[in-house]
Amino acid sequence: MTTEIKTFIIDYMKTENKRTTERSSKGRVTNMEIKTTGSAGTYESCDAMITVRPGNGITIDLNSDVIDQFGDAIKEVILKTLEEMRVRNAVVEVVDKGAFDCVIRSRLQAAVCRAGETRFDWEGEDRK
Amino acid sequence: MRLKRTSLYVSGSSPVNMIQAQFYNEDCIVYDLEDSVSPADKDTARLLVYNAVRFHRPENKYVLIRVNGSTTVYMEEDLKAAVRARPDAIRLPKMESGDEVKRISEKVAAIERMAGIEEGSTDFWCNIESFPGVLRASEIAASDPRVKALALGAEDLTASLRARRTKGGLEIFYARNAVLLACRSAGIDALDAVFSDINDLEGLKADTELARNMGFDGKTVVHPRQIDVVNAAFTPNAKELRYASRVLAAVEEGKRLHKGAVSLNGEMIDKPMELRAYTIIEQARAAGLDVDTEG
Repeated sequence: MTTEIKTFIIDYMKTENKRTTERSSKGRVTNMEIKTTGSAGTYESCDAMITVRPGNGITIDLNSDVIDQFGDAIKEVILKTLEEMRVRNAVVEVVDKGAFDCVIRSRLQAAVCRAGETRFDWEGEDRK
Repeated sequence: MRLKRTSLYVSGSSPVNMIQAQFYNEDCIVYDLEDSVSPADKDTARLLVYNAVRFHRPENKYVLIRVNGSTTVYMEEDLKAAVRARPDAIRLPKMESGDEVKRISEKVAAIERMAGIEEGSTDFWCNIESFPGVLRASEIAASDPRVKALALGAEDLTASLRARRTKGGLEIFYARNAVLLACRSAGIDALDAVFSDINDLEGLKADTELARNMGFDGKTVVHPRQIDVVNAAFTPNAKELRYASRVLAAVEEGKRLHKGAVSLNGEMIDKPMELRAYTIIEQARAAGLDVDTEG
């Protein structure tokens, strides 16, 4: 049986981004700046390869062979993780190989840190 | 009693291995950030292990995270992740003194306070894998209330001794005894070293029986095929169970008859025999054996 692989791209949070930038100018919120391209993960089973690049707003390019069953759930994990890390502008490319939510989340966190050229904010994790 | 017969190392850089490990029969899973993770992957493995343990923790397993050693640049970040993941214990590699453990304990306490985790609730297993560690095993075992076990690491130890590693294990016999005595003195668990040849199950069986006879509580394994052999060696067999049940029955009968001393088959039952019998019954129960039927 041939597995159908679907890719789709969504643009998200343009309005939200504008609102947050306004708040940033008042010094209340510091967004995570994506400075370069960062990747984390592998193409092995149960894993995901996630690449984060600078962008305008949030663009997600999701490629998964379980996109029909879990596409929305994966997108939700990605958007929630980006929100937690205060990423407002990025292109996120995800090649999913059947990864659990915790794997998607960790690969994205690592890719964002690499693309932001910063360490993971553990104190921020405590505030959740 | 919580069994710690087998501790399986799983690389923190492999999601598929981490998921598969939940379905084996090991008592303890050790998510590894140290030897099995390349320097380029330390940051990704750290986050993977954190998220897996915090949000996708395996049920019915004693969960550990092995962090990188205190002489590396990775330990500070590893501890931040490992403490917040709330494993049953953090496994500290290459511990060589009680002061080293205390310094790490202070760092962990600071992280616990920052993260809103009960201070002192993060336990340690200390790996003893060098000659200074063996010489100070008692000091390490008693150094901090967080220390709940010592685990011998034979490969690094024999390298530090300039010894040849053999299957018979004579070169680590002193170290095994030193670690075991330190653990018994401190009232903590003692874990034996890895048997490295994953294709030699007979050798593994003999090595594990030696460790069990010496008094160890369990053994570290590096491959799933080693689990059942080690579990079997650390589980009381029917003969041991039957004898333990008869010892305890004789003790109970002696109490009922107000006897000062009791015997079984002409052999006096003293306190150590009674304690050993209790331990065997507890181990059997923890392993899911039907103690009443077996007895």
